[in-house]
Amino acid sequence: MSERENILGRIREALVVSAPLPGSHGDTTAHATAEPPASHAREWLPSVGASVTEQFELFAKNAADLKADFQVLASRDELKTVLAKLRDAEKWQRIASHDGELSNFACKSLGLPVTLTDRGYEVQEMEKCDAAITECDALIAQTGGVAVTSRSAGGRALSVLPPHHVVIARREQLVADLPSAFALLQQKYAPDFPSMISFITGPSRTGDIERILVLGAHGPKKLTVLCV
Amino acid sequence: MSSASKFKSLATEKSGDLRHRQVIRTALRGYEIVRDKRKAAFQSWESARQAAAETKWEAVNHLDKHLESLVAKLESRGTKVHWASTAAQAREIIAQILRDKKARSIIKSKAMTSEEIHLNHALEKEGFTVVESDLGEFIVQLRHEPPYHIVFPSMHLTRGEIKDLFQKELGDAPSDSPEDLTMVARRVMRQKYITADVGFTGANFAIAETGMISITENEGNARLTAALPKTMVTLIGIEKVLPRFADLALFLPMLATAGAGQPMTCYNTMYCGPRQPGECDGPEEWHVVLLDNRRTELLADAEQRDALHCIRCGACLNVCPIFRNVGGHTYGTTYSGPVGAVITPHLRGLQEWKHLSNASSLCGACTEACPVKIDLHHHLLQNRRNASAAQPAFFEKLAYQIFGIVANEPRFWSLAKKIGWLTQPLHSAIKGSVLDPARSWTKTRDLPPMPRETFKDWWRNRK
Amino acid sequence: MTVTLFIPCFIDALYPRAGISMVEILERLGHRVVCPEAIACCGQPPFNSGYHAEARTIATPVLEKLADAEAVVIGSGSCGAMVKKFYPELFKDTRHAALAQQVAARTWEFSDFLVSKLGVTDLGAKFPHKVTFHDGCHGLRELGIQKQPRALLANVSGLELVEMAEVSCCGFGGTFAAKFPMISTAMGEVKCATAAETGAEYIVSSDSSCLMHIQGLLTRQGKPTKTISLAEVLNSQ
Repeated sequence: MSERENILGRIREALVVSAPLPGSHGDTTAHATAEPPASHAREWLPSVGASVTEQFELFAKNAADLKADFQVLASRDELKTVLAKLRDAEKWQRIASHDGELSNFACKSLGLPVTLTDRGYEVQEMEKCDAAITECDALIAQTGGVAVTSRSAGGRALSVLPPHHVVIARREQLVADLPSAFALLQQKYAPDFPSMISFITGPSRTGDIERILVLGAHGPKKLTVLCV
Repeated sequence: MSSASKFKSLATEKSGDLRHRQVIRTALRGYEIVRDKRKAAFQSWESARQAAAETKWEAVNHLDKHLESLVAKLESRGTKVHWASTAAQAREIIAQILRDKKARSIIKSKAMTSEEIHLNHALEKEGFTVVESDLGEFIVQLRHEPPYHIVFPSMHLTRGEIKDLFQKELGDAPSDSPEDLTMVARRVMRQKYITADVGFTGANFAIAETGMISITENEGNARLTAALPKTMVTLIGIEKVLPRFADLALFLPMLATAGAGQPMTCYNTMYCGPRQPGECDGPEEWHVVLLDNRRTELLADAEQRDALHCIRCGACLNVCPIFRNVGGHTYGTTYSGPVGAVITPHLRGLQEWKHLSNASSLCGACTEACPVKIDLHHHLLQNRRNASAAQPAFFEKLAYQIFGIVANEPRFWSLAKKIGWLTQPLHSAIKGSVLDPARSWTKTRDLPPMPRETFKDWWRNRK
Repeated sequence: MTVTLFIPCFIDALYPRAGISMVEILERLGHRVVCPEAIACCGQPPFNSGYHAEARTIATPVLEKLADAEAVVIGSGSCGAMVKKFYPELFKDTRHAALAQQVAARTWEFSDFLVSKLGVTDLGAKFPHKVTFHDGCHGLRELGIQKQPRALLANVSGLELVEMAEVSCCGFGGTFAAKFPMISTAMGEVKCATAAETGAEYIVSSDSSCLMHIQGLLTRQGKPTKTISLAEVLNSQ
């Protein structure tokens, strides 16, 4: 018998006796409801506001709390200007990115040498890049976070290895809350999910030393979200 | 020395260590403030807890079905899944993967299950180099000590101690500022990520519906561990299952809130396979090792099965007055605090570890704090009941039998009180000394004076 | 009504004034009070250590003596929790199972009885001191007693209530205090320090067992803070 069969066998035997449902005061006959218990999560998680305007404001507030830089831009021209300002202020010399409508536009406008990941890349080369420019799947108002996948954001390392991560997003990509974000990802990709989905909520951080917040523990020290 | 005597001796030492008490209080005070703020931000934290509890009930009480779905989906995307009944089997599976890959260096992100099976020691004995990438784990690895807390491995250390450690072990410690020290670790880790042959991770959740492993972290070290090395190995306890992808929308913010007082941790990442066709990076091979290690025994105890609902947030540790006074190392086992006191007797032996369940005032703060509503403090009582039934302590049992006769027989009870009152002056003479039968009390506390007239005397005299 | 007052063993032997205060308060409210002679202990010590048979030996006569009570009032949060929450578990699958449920349903801790059952919060008491209130864990978490003592203290003339900065276990925990004395002491020291920060003259509690532990530490350390039971405060004129 394989260990698989051993373990599954022990599980089945153990589950012959029912355990009471939480909050049922020992009642083992209470049946779980048909609807998933977490389906009303939106009603209990922090509130997000009804309008898109309120949700943008909430995203902005959350991003600020996370020490992520967030800007809503009126046009592609403004995006160009902001990127150029960033390049000059941060003294970028080389960037990394992936193929995508927005990311291509951004890279072109920056006019810097680019390491593109799509057809494979040398890690040591990405290590020399000052920033990564990626697209994303969603911005989440409730948390100030960004959802990326290995398919939408140039692989697994791009959004975490270089010291500055810049996300270029479309306005329509803002969703209200986490349940919406998960629903969006499921609808967009199931059953053939990208091998990595990541919710990025702020620049990398640690509190392991005396619980003092330090940014840039291993992942990017800076996160910039530009919404156009 | 038995585990129980070791515990008692360490507990006594640490309880009297005022410096340690203050360091932990300060560390946890910061956490408490943000935790309460984040809980208050929920529209209904209590409804969220109930839903989380019911979701884990569903997951654990249909564990076989969920594991089968998880594994089928993982395997369909090219993941190699292994099943380990014991710690030894898990170690051997992992070691064999490393041998097959001719790996030399392993970069690890935080995994309490790897502590549980003593993986590092076994791999290092065989000649593999294992580097902990999580800052807190990296620090305790340099100190050759286990993690102090399941979420905050180095919370017992001050910046000065870490500076000295880095100076001694790395020759690199520009100052004692947390920023500088963190950057030292970042520098040390960079090349290790890039050159490691194998990346090893733990996991927070396993999603049955979509065949995914979910990892929660702040630093980004797990993301790098899962991105760069050619081979990735993930170890996960079988109980970590959640039924649906959408369940994460509830569990991720709850884990962050209860565990760290954050709305979400920085990186919450779901993996469903190794590098897929068309993807530009990621491990060519991904091995997921499912660990039982006596979890199925706890599963079989229907009364305490909900202890397997634990999401390892550490909230119970943070509120536990025992943990706060004796510290994580005193427990002498991987899982400390209230959840550790509940499950360790099941995972490592009831009689040898019952003292962890005994060392509690049953205040119930843990049960109140648990985001998935595990009945922690009542499980401690149940462990005590099971331990005493299987192996009663002769004198203790006798003492209760005598007390039973005395307490509810008015003449004996009156007599006992009289004797107590009469011997009071004698007791003052031996108070606190080795002759004092009440020494465990009187060593640090005074006993109240016994009044001449007891309540029952007063009540009787009224009539 | 006729109130059956169950005075726990340590109040009987060590803090009779707390019990006397409860009797006087209830009688002043117009109720008839009976205190069964023959019972002294709820059985919690053996129960807490896992010795259920021995606990039942002690608890069975208690249950039987309380069987016909109209209302049972217990002078302690921890003993109250024992009867109300743990007796049904202790007597599960025994011939006393139903009785345990019935008695539990008719049992209240003292402050809870006054406020929740009798709807009384003003006892005309006077206690012109600065006090802080210690919530005994069993009363707080097993019986949900938190608002009730504060509602009563709010109506005590001259009393100033200052809350402690944190809610934490005093460290008594019954047999825990004797089995793990150093952890118990450390927890008590934290409690005493937290109480001292309020500047209160008195630490008040519904649980005299907690007070025994706290006072034991205060006295040993020569600290001026005093402890007093809630019942005595409510009975002060």
